[in-house]
Amino acid sequence: MRMDRRSFLQLTALAGGGLFLELYRPPLTAAQGPGTPPDLKPQAFIRIAPDGVVTIMARASESGQGMRNMLPMLIAEELDVDWKDVRVEQADLNERIYGRQFSGGSHNTPQGWEPMRRVGAAGRQLLIAAAAQTWGVSAEECTTQPGRVLHTTSGRSAGYGELAVKAAALPTPALSSVKLKDPKDYRIIGHSQRGVDTHAIVTGKPLFGIDVELPGMLYAAIEKAPVFAGKVKSANVDEIKKLPGVRLVLVIDGGITPAALTPWEPGMEPGIAIVADSWWQAQMARKQLKVDWDLGPAATQSTEGFKKRADELLKTQPTNSLRKYGDVESALKSSAKVVDATYEYPFIAHVTLEPQGATAHWKNGKLEMWSTSTLPGNGLSLVAKTLGIQESDITTHMVRSGGSFGRRLQNDYLVEAAWIAKQTALQIDAPIKLLWSREDDIAHDPFRPGGTVGLKGGLDAHGKLTAWRHHFITYGDETNATSGGGIGQDTYPAGFPPAYALYISKQPLMLRTGALRAPGDNAYCWVAQSFIDELAFAAGRDPLEFQLDLLDNKQSPWSSSEHDPVGDHEPSGQEALIPERFKGVLELVAEKSGWAKRSKEPGRGMGIAAWFCHLGYFAEVADVSVDAQNKVTVHRVWAAGDVGSQIINPAAAESMAQGGILEGMSHMAQQITLVNGRIEQSNFHNHPLMRMRQAPKIEVYWRKTDYAPTGLGEPTLPPILPAVTNAIFAATGKRIRTLPLKQSDFSWA
Amino acid sequence: MPIKLNVNNIPATVDVSPDTPLLWVLRDALNLKGAKYGCGIGLCGACTVLVAGRAVRSCMTHVGSVTGEPITTIEGLSPDGLHPVQVAWEALDVPQCGYCQAGQIMSAAALLARTPHPTDADIDVAMSGNLCRCGTYTRIRQAIHEAADASAAVSTK
Repeated sequence: MRMDRRSFLQLTALAGGGLFLELYRPPLTAAQGPGTPPDLKPQAFIRIAPDGVVTIMARASESGQGMRNMLPMLIAEELDVDWKDVRVEQADLNERIYGRQFSGGSHNTPQGWEPMRRVGAAGRQLLIAAAAQTWGVSAEECTTQPGRVLHTTSGRSAGYGELAVKAAALPTPALSSVKLKDPKDYRIIGHSQRGVDTHAIVTGKPLFGIDVELPGMLYAAIEKAPVFAGKVKSANVDEIKKLPGVRLVLVIDGGITPAALTPWEPGMEPGIAIVADSWWQAQMARKQLKVDWDLGPAATQSTEGFKKRADELLKTQPTNSLRKYGDVESALKSSAKVVDATYEYPFIAHVTLEPQGATAHWKNGKLEMWSTSTLPGNGLSLVAKTLGIQESDITTHMVRSGGSFGRRLQNDYLVEAAWIAKQTALQIDAPIKLLWSREDDIAHDPFRPGGTVGLKGGLDAHGKLTAWRHHFITYGDETNATSGGGIGQDTYPAGFPPAYALYISKQPLMLRTGALRAPGDNAYCWVAQSFIDELAFAAGRDPLEFQLDLLDNKQSPWSSSEHDPVGDHEPSGQEALIPERFKGVLELVAEKSGWAKRSKEPGRGMGIAAWFCHLGYFAEVADVSVDAQNKVTVHRVWAAGDVGSQIINPAAAESMAQGGILEGMSHMAQQITLVNGRIEQSNFHNHPLMRMRQAPKIEVYWRKTDYAPTGLGEPTLPPILPAVTNAIFAATGKRIRTLPLKQSDFSWA
Repeated sequence: MPIKLNVNNIPATVDVSPDTPLLWVLRDALNLKGAKYGCGIGLCGACTVLVAGRAVRSCMTHVGSVTGEPITTIEGLSPDGLHPVQVAWEALDVPQCGYCQAGQIMSAAALLARTPHPTDADIDVAMSGNLCRCGTYTRIRQAIHEAADASAAVSTK
């Protein structure tokens, strides 16, 4: 079918605006930061062809969270079209037109919910106006049914395709003025819509970053130092150039100065890039490389050294506190019972199944990139800065990726591809595709930082919590903590114990770190919810009843306007925890799992935990058995979630929740360790993922509440870790305070 | 040295070293991008294809070792995307990111070819070599059972 450009409805829309959630503070550049909406221009989200087929632009990157469905579904609902008549097209990066194209922090739902529906409603209003003009009637007398405008009194109707040209010429209504549907009339929202790429996926179509194929393309691989930021002193470059298929060998000087705090996107890592006719030839050439590295200061780092320093810091009187209220020390002194415990968790890597990579083509002073970044605006500015070119000389195509989980919020691989493309173009006119090996991907991951938390909790004579004091040992310099592993001032249970103190100490870390799905929460939920279970046990109370009681004791909320110095956590004061919602999911999961009547046989147990993060509430119960060799089987998991009034795409939402739970279980067996600055893990045998035979039956339930819908990527994950370790305690009487499981002498069956 | 292959019933000749992994020949020489690279050492199953009906990890298979053998990739599993496994996968909307799914589907197709009515235990054995980082195992299991039922319905007609 030929489509005349003029026949499309070009709908202008001021997307964005509304609330800006500051969920990942470190990656935000000034232009993208909270309170500074991008300089939006009116732009097209919707095109309607003469036959009524509607094309909706998906603005966000897609790495499996279902954003290519969810955001267009919101537009289609209010535009009032049948989903079967909708085609979804991935937008290129253009944040001036589309608003922020960031997929992270479970933010697309809360940020897209209102503006995307208003974009659709504005389109519907234009089509109605076009029909009303054509018929010489008032717009108020017209209505729509999917794909058609109706004038009931005269019995006239017209398809959207017939009205598109006229509608496109009309002035666009202000988005704030358009009328939205009553949710009871929804035909798309709340109804499962199959992934727009599912057919292409199951038939093996080239969809992913790694699948990008351009005429004359060359392939690149990079050898980096075994130690973070190690530099090339010398290498047998001339020999490598002679190997089969090798076209270029490029030494990357890089731009990282190792220091106590390694910032988000610290700069290019040094190394040697090999450009060849095929990726396999580039990889084979790597094996012949002989490099003399200047390993630098990061070579002194080791997991043992980190642990030793953390133990020392834990023993010292902390000097920095993030939050204190009540007199925690006196409250502990006057408590009937004090529970004291230290929790430790490791560094872990993202291991997206598609390793990092990107394709780039430098030609005539312009750069074209095929990017899988989930923070593509940052990628654009980093590439421009690194290459010394204007952002306006760069085109970014957004390509589906094989998973992100926070990894693709950083753009290191994209900068590398762009740099190699520019260098290549000096000698050969060819696009290049960079691909990291799995081993590269693990060794150069921006890891979820490990941490140590020393806790003291007080109980009164009636078994009520009197005080919560903890000392959090993390990484960073004097002023800032490393990204990806913080505890916020208002992170639960802050605000509930009558007296509370969160102290922090840091040690230097010369290693890239970053956000991993539910950053901060993916570790601290395990600590806090395990310790609550410990306190309940010490108090002789049921853990569910103990926590519900705690949630009835809200103290005054944290209300300072100062920034959260621990980083990438919910901003303090943003949608503070609502106890009724937290209790609601706990009560629902208890009911569904039969918590009150759970059996208590030796070797088998149930554990319960809940969490609030990224605006969502989840409670999870795990049913676990442990054999004589301490091998753990999770038989069944019940999950209850509260993410507001609507589950926009129910089948996808259920799958996302199941995935969050399985990922949390994977985290429990993973660990990144260092010896002499070298990462010891390299592939899935020593940084494992859960497999089919280990996957429990997972039931997901929703508690719909009268709040605007929020995201699901992150909040589903954290509770499963403590739900499982609390269940192991119920089964065995052994408390797991160190992860991964093997460090506590347990393992998955 | 030219190597003769039979991929999806189409003869092909490639000029690569015989120890090149089949995966990279499929992807980069024959432009069949369905099989994916995930680990390179047979731990994740994203690269799974069928060689004479058996599920193999193409990242570990030297191209020189499969000369003349019938090789089936996701692109050739069915002419129209309607293999019962593909139909079930689509009906249940199994994928999240989708990167592992070609490998999952090829392993499932091989399983059903030899075990038309697999039990959950059969599925555990046949599918535990295929990692899904997104955690879609619940749906994969369900889709295999549905594909088995659908195949049974067809064969009894």
